[in-house]
Amino acid sequence: MGLELYLDLLSQPCRSIYIFARSNNIPFEFKHVELFKGPSNSQGTGKVNLLKKVPALKDGDFTLAECTAILLYLSRKYNTPDHWYPSDIQKRARVDEYLSWHHANIRANAPKTMWIKVLIPLFTGQPLPSEKLQEVMEGLSTSLKQFEERFLQDKAFIIGSEISLADLVAIVELMQPVGVGCDIFEDRPRLLEWRRRVEDAVGKELFFQAHEMILNIKELSNIQIDPQLKEQLAPVLMKMLK
Amino acid sequence: MGLELYLDLLSQPCRALYIFARSNNIPFEFKRVQLMKGQHRTEEFRKVNVLMKVPALRDGSFTLAESIAILLYLAQKFKTPDHWYPSDLQKRARVDEYLSWQHANIRAKGSKVFLSKVLLPILTGQPLSAEKLEFLIEDLNVVLKQFEEKFLQDKPFIAGSEISLADLVALVELMQPVGAGYNLFEERPKLAEWRRRVEEAVGKELFQEAHEGIMNIKNLTADQFAPELLESFKQQLLKQLLHK
Repeated sequence: MGLELYLDLLSQPCRSIYIFARSNNIPFEFKHVELFKGPSNSQGTGKVNLLKKVPALKDGDFTLAECTAILLYLSRKYNTPDHWYPSDIQKRARVDEYLSWHHANIRANAPKTMWIKVLIPLFTGQPLPSEKLQEVMEGLSTSLKQFEERFLQDKAFIIGSEISLADLVAIVELMQPVGVGCDIFEDRPRLLEWRRRVEDAVGKELFFQAHEMILNIKELSNIQIDPQLKEQLAPVLMKMLK
Repeated sequence: MGLELYLDLLSQPCRALYIFARSNNIPFEFKRVQLMKGQHRTEEFRKVNVLMKVPALRDGSFTLAESIAILLYLAQKFKTPDHWYPSDLQKRARVDEYLSWQHANIRAKGSKVFLSKVLLPILTGQPLSAEKLEFLIEDLNVVLKQFEEKFLQDKPFIAGSEISLADLVALVELMQPVGAGYNLFEERPKLAEWRRRVEEAVGKELFQEAHEGIMNIKNLTADQFAPELLESFKQQLLKQLLHK
C-alpha cells in the first residue's frame, strides 16, 4: 500500500496538495472524501485523521494532517525541484513567512465567501446576509493589499523568479471567492498576471482540472446533503451569521 | 550590526523567539518594541516590518516577520540541536503539523480569552460578561482537548522524547490565558506535567524571566497605554475580536 492522499477538491488546501503531487509526478492513491456526505462518509477518514478533516495523508503507518506539513513532507520525501522550498536560507524564510502569515490573513477571510454565498443559504435555508459579505470582502481586500505590497511586490513570484509552495498555497485560497462569484482578480491586474504565471508554472490543464468543482459551485445546490450533517452544522453556521 | 530581534515579551510569539534564542546562546540585540506605547507603528519600525507586527528580525539587510519563519531561520542559521526541528522526516512532519494547526486553534482561542478578559475591559471601560467569558473558555477547552488527544497523546513532548519548536510555541501561547487568570493547567495533570518538562528543557529561570510581564498583566491599567492611541487600539481590538 503506497501513499494515500485523502482529499475533497472543494477544499482549498486539498487543491494545493493535489496540484503539487500531480505536477511533480508523485505517485499516490486519491482517496476521495466528500465533505458533504457527513458522518457516514467520514468514518473512513476518522481512522486516518483524528481531527476528522481534510486534507490527510497516509504513508504506510504514518498519518499526517495539515496542508503545510503535508506539502513539506512530500517535497522532502520525493526530492522535488529546489524552487518549491528553496535550500537558500533567505528564500526559504520568505516561503515560511508567507505560509505562516497566510493562516490568519488570506485563509481567515477567503473561505468565508463560500460559506456566506453558498453554504449558509444551502444549509439553513436563510438568504445571504449582505453586510456580512461586505465585512468579509473588506477584510479580504486588506489582506490582498498586504499580499501585493509585502509578499509579491514587483516580483514574478513570492520568492522571486520561480514559483514556490507559497504561491501555490495562496492561489488555491484565492480561487474560492472566484468560484462563488467574487472575482477578486477583476480590479487587480498585477495579481491577475501573477495568477497566470502560477497557472502556467503548474500546468494550465492540471490547474483547471483541480478547480473544476469550485468553479462550477452552482452544482453544489443540487448535492444531497446528509440530513445528519445538516442538523449538526446548521447551528454552527447560524453562529457565523451573527 | 549583528542580528536584531524586535520583541515585546507581552506577545506570545515574541516569547517563543526570546526563549529559543537565549536557550541556544544565539547572539542577538534585543530591540524592545512596546506595543502599548504604539512603538510598532513608528516609521523606524515600519522599515523592519511594514506589516507593523512583532516579532520581527533584522539580519544585516535581511528582514523577516512571522515567528515561525524566524524560529526556523534561526534554527537553520545557528545549527541548533537536531531535536528542535528534527531532520527525521516523520518527526519533522509532526512539528510542522502542530506549527500549522496552532494558528487557528490554540493561538486564536487562547489570544481571544486574553484579549477579551484583560484588554477589552481596559480599552472600553466595560467589564466582560460572565456569559461571554464562559463561551470563550469553552472554545479554548475544545482545542485544549484536541491538543492533548491528537498532538501530545502519551508522549513526553509533541515530537516524541525530546522538546521541539512545537512544544515551545504551544506553551508560550497557553501562558497568555493563564496570565489573564484562567489557570487551564489546574485540572489537567498531563498538560501540567508537559509544561514542567518544557520549562526544564529550556531552563526554568529563563522561562520565568520571559513570562514576568504576562504573569503580572492583571495589574494593567489604561494609563499604561499611550493616551493618544487608546481610541485607535480600542477600534482595532473590536475589529479583531469580531473577525476571529
